[in-house]
Amino acid sequence: MGLVYLKDVTTLTLHPEKCIGCELCTQVCPHLVFTMENKKARIANKEACMECGACATNCPAAAISVHSGVG
Amino acid sequence: MKKENSCCSTPCCDATESLEPSAHPNRNTDFPWVLEEMDTPIGKIPKIKTQTEFADTLGAIAVRLGINRSNYRINPGLYAVGNPNDLSPVLVTANYKLTFDSLRKELSKQNLWILVLDTKGINVWCAAGKGTFSTDELIKRINLVQLKNVISHKTIILPQLGAPGVAAHEVSKHTGLKVSYGPVYARDLPRFLNNELKATTDMRKVHFTLKNRLTVIPVELKVVLKVLPILFTLLFIFNLISPGEINFSRVFLQSANNLIPYAISIALGTLGIAALLPYIPFRSFAAKGLLLGLAWAALAVRYHGTFNFPENTLIVAANILFLTSITSFSALNFTGSTTYTSISGVQKEMLYTIPLIAVATLLGLGLVITYKIMLFTG
Repeated sequence: MGLVYLKDVTTLTLHPEKCIGCELCTQVCPHLVFTMENKKARIANKEACMECGACATNCPAAAISVHSGVG
Repeated sequence: MKKENSCCSTPCCDATESLEPSAHPNRNTDFPWVLEEMDTPIGKIPKIKTQTEFADTLGAIAVRLGINRSNYRINPGLYAVGNPNDLSPVLVTANYKLTFDSLRKELSKQNLWILVLDTKGINVWCAAGKGTFSTDELIKRINLVQLKNVISHKTIILPQLGAPGVAAHEVSKHTGLKVSYGPVYARDLPRFLNNELKATTDMRKVHFTLKNRLTVIPVELKVVLKVLPILFTLLFIFNLISPGEINFSRVFLQSANNLIPYAISIALGTLGIAALLPYIPFRSFAAKGLLLGLAWAALAVRYHGTFNFPENTLIVAANILFLTSITSFSALNFTGSTTYTSISGVQKEMLYTIPLIAVATLLGLGLVITYKIMLFTG
């Protein structure tokens, strides 16, 4: 479905050098923002990010940061 | 609107602390959704029905209309579905009754455990955002019900939308249990359970269908409709201030008639936005609202007389400003009920929309006051 919010607003950042390839971010993101590439996470669809914070909270390597609201 | 304390920005989520579950006087079997009690290593626990009943449907409708919404909850703790044993899966969920119902009705023919967290009667996603569906509560609840005395395996299944509140690696560190994130929607659970606890991509994505969008409307509307009496009072005062003899019943009727286009502009900003969301141009909600508001304002001033407004350019202009401001603001407010807007985006929108709305409103007031002065002097 074509519901996409504003461009270039999300505060989502991924630090690939810290990524350990656990794939958890790809499992918890409700908007399929992440994909795996060469055993590392990559932000494939940044515009779809709603800053829920699930990825950052669940990243065991603290490789993701996002300023999330309460929902 | 997605303020820092929102997600479901409406009063829903400010649930009160009343009815502390442990103090609940009822026995398990008094609850209509409990089938019987089951003996387990941790004592008797309630075995629940996997079919919802008429009373559940009625309760759900009431809650959607905003009745008893902040206190529609079940007791936290461990529940059984079917005939689970130590190898059966464990599903974790929230203690909002609507959540519990939508989960259990997907579990017919399953044998498993359900661990209900105390989320203060709030659904999984909102509770995860607010910190009640949390790492701490999960660890606490696992220990409280002595889950490890019931199961011999090491996996617990969480709803994917609980992920913003729970750090899987922390749970693992403190309890030795592994968190497996299940699908977004309970309806996909049977497929997930049959698929070695692997969710497919389609199970991972949250949607915002027409049905979802319309479901949140009554509660949204209820909040917004509270402004109608205020608008009516303002219109009434405006209409009272006029030269000549004052006829209260005439002023009352005129004000009621004046209120109609305003009520419609609010409805458009909520119901209209919700229903037509994917079809209205612009990504910005304020802009979507502005567009709808302008369209409606054009129509409303075309039939100015029908709504009992004076045929005066100043009043026409003021009405256009007010009507579009209201629709735009209502639309912006609706972001709090969506499943895809980000806090940064909403803040950006507010940054330029709120000043514009303020200016438009002040300008409108200026026009109205000018009109009144002209009435008295001219």
